[in-house]
Amino acid sequence: MTYFGPEFFALFLPLTALIYAIMPSKLRPYVLLGSSYIFFCSISEKLIIYLLISTMSIHHFGLWLDKLQCERKLALKGLTREEKKPIKLANDRQQNLVLALAVVLHIGLLAVLKYTPFFTQNLNAVLSNFNVQIKEMSFMVPIGISFYTLQAVSYMTDVRRGVVKADKNLARLALYMSFFPQLMEGPIARYSDTAEALFAGRQIEYKNFVFGFERIVYGFVKKIIVADRLNGFVQNVFTDYEKYDGGIILLAAVFYTIELYMDFSGAMDVGIGAAQIFGVKLPENFRQPFFSKNISEFWSRWHITLGTWFRDYIYYPVSLSSFSKKLTAFGRKRSGNYFGPMLASTIALFCVWICNGLWHGSAWTYIFFGMYHFILISLGNLLEPLSKKLYAKLHIDPNKAPFSFIRIALTAFLVVIGELFFCASTLSQGFKMSGKIFTQFSLSGIKSGLLAQAGLDHLDIIVVMAVVVLVFVFGILKERNIDIRERLAGRRIVIRWLIVIAAIVAIIIFGAYGAEYTPVAPMYADF
Amino acid sequence: METLLEILEEIRSDVDFESCTTLIDEHILNSLAIISLIAEIEDEFDITIPTAEIAPKNFNSAKAMWELITRLQEEDE
Repeated sequence: MTYFGPEFFALFLPLTALIYAIMPSKLRPYVLLGSSYIFFCSISEKLIIYLLISTMSIHHFGLWLDKLQCERKLALKGLTREEKKPIKLANDRQQNLVLALAVVLHIGLLAVLKYTPFFTQNLNAVLSNFNVQIKEMSFMVPIGISFYTLQAVSYMTDVRRGVVKADKNLARLALYMSFFPQLMEGPIARYSDTAEALFAGRQIEYKNFVFGFERIVYGFVKKIIVADRLNGFVQNVFTDYEKYDGGIILLAAVFYTIELYMDFSGAMDVGIGAAQIFGVKLPENFRQPFFSKNISEFWSRWHITLGTWFRDYIYYPVSLSSFSKKLTAFGRKRSGNYFGPMLASTIALFCVWICNGLWHGSAWTYIFFGMYHFILISLGNLLEPLSKKLYAKLHIDPNKAPFSFIRIALTAFLVVIGELFFCASTLSQGFKMSGKIFTQFSLSGIKSGLLAQAGLDHLDIIVVMAVVVLVFVFGILKERNIDIRERLAGRRIVIRWLIVIAAIVAIIIFGAYGAEYTPVAPMYADF
Repeated sequence: METLLEILEEIRSDVDFESCTTLIDEHILNSLAIISLIAEIEDEFDITIPTAEIAPKNFNSAKAMWELITRLQEEDE
């Protein structure tokens, strides 16, 4: 079962909503939990054991940390500041050890399941120099493990930091870890974001139902009409890239980026919409990423919950560790307030981007993808004072047209090159394809009908462009804080439903399904 | 509060820290500035700012930062 399959939208979701609605409030969270486990088992079957172990583990570690925090409170009562210091220190050390153990267990399990084949393959490549080989191993990986593991780590770290109280209710934690609308592809929620709402058992409200349904339809428009329509062309060009010139390769990379955005953000629309039906507000994962004026801004708008996870649990802890603080203090004395913290920040950024690359998959292309963005963001930080001076000298406002458009276009181009490597099967393919863009760029392939041969005809282009323009217009409205669904809600009910029905009819007519098309596999579900 | 404002002006002299309440939300202070700011605040006020406190609500304005500093000083007592 996937979010875009008929079993989900025609059977699973309506049935879950119906049972949820007729159950008494106290039982509703258990309906969601049962449905989530059924959803999980429909994809990963007996691998649910991993999810159950992770859930019980965070329950146990949370309570362990809570016990240590209670002991600390009791021990500190009535003591002077000086007397408190050694007790705090010893307790902090104990809590840090417990947290470290918990994190190592969870990340370790993820690493073993996901990276063993990559590790053994690369080890064998090295060992082949000495005529030695080890057995290549691989494991079945449960669906969503990369997402729920990050949720598990954030919960335990937040308990350690005192941001949330350890939850004694195992069922609530189980639902936080497994809630089906976010299980496959996120968004990566924090316990403080969703746990309470998930377990509140609120009745389905008309407004939430309609808003959620509209959001689901919007997700289907993006995925079925655009992403699945572009998939065949993109796969053909990436598979036989040697046949094509730089113009077609650039077009395929652009279309892959559009496909990825429509597929992933479409899945988010379905997930967030489905959650809204049950009165649960999941965090947003996208905020018009292609309006970004630099790469750093792009990553604050694309896969937001992953970015903020890395910021809160890797970037700040690394850049504010005692070693980094010493580096910052040393740097600030010598290079001032801007460049002073640069070294500590760059080390933290490196950790973030190596983890980001590896999180996406166990291949050198993903590691390159992470390093590519690390270099671009670090260069952006390093050159910012210089570019500011330059803009001032030339009396240019970089946030006004036409310079803002140039910056947006340049950022989009850099993103497309990054995504080309992301989609390529090997690093060598990525370099060859990007090399062709710069050295063999030509429009002759596009003009000579090679596009149609690769699986993209005029109708495809018109349909894709129509939806891209629609999404672009919605994006502009959102940037201006105009909520299209609220506006729609203010219209007469007939008009509102006519628009929704028109969207459904468009999916039926223009959707890329059937024998001619290969739908995009849910890309982020594999991470 | 005066000391805090001096620290902030050293980091960004072009911002009116007394009135601005969107320092993080509008990316006026980026992550580099936050690292620099935390290092300076910790030195000056003899406190440790836990990572959990690095949230927009605590750094969006000078007032919010000052409340964080006084709270952490009280907790340390």
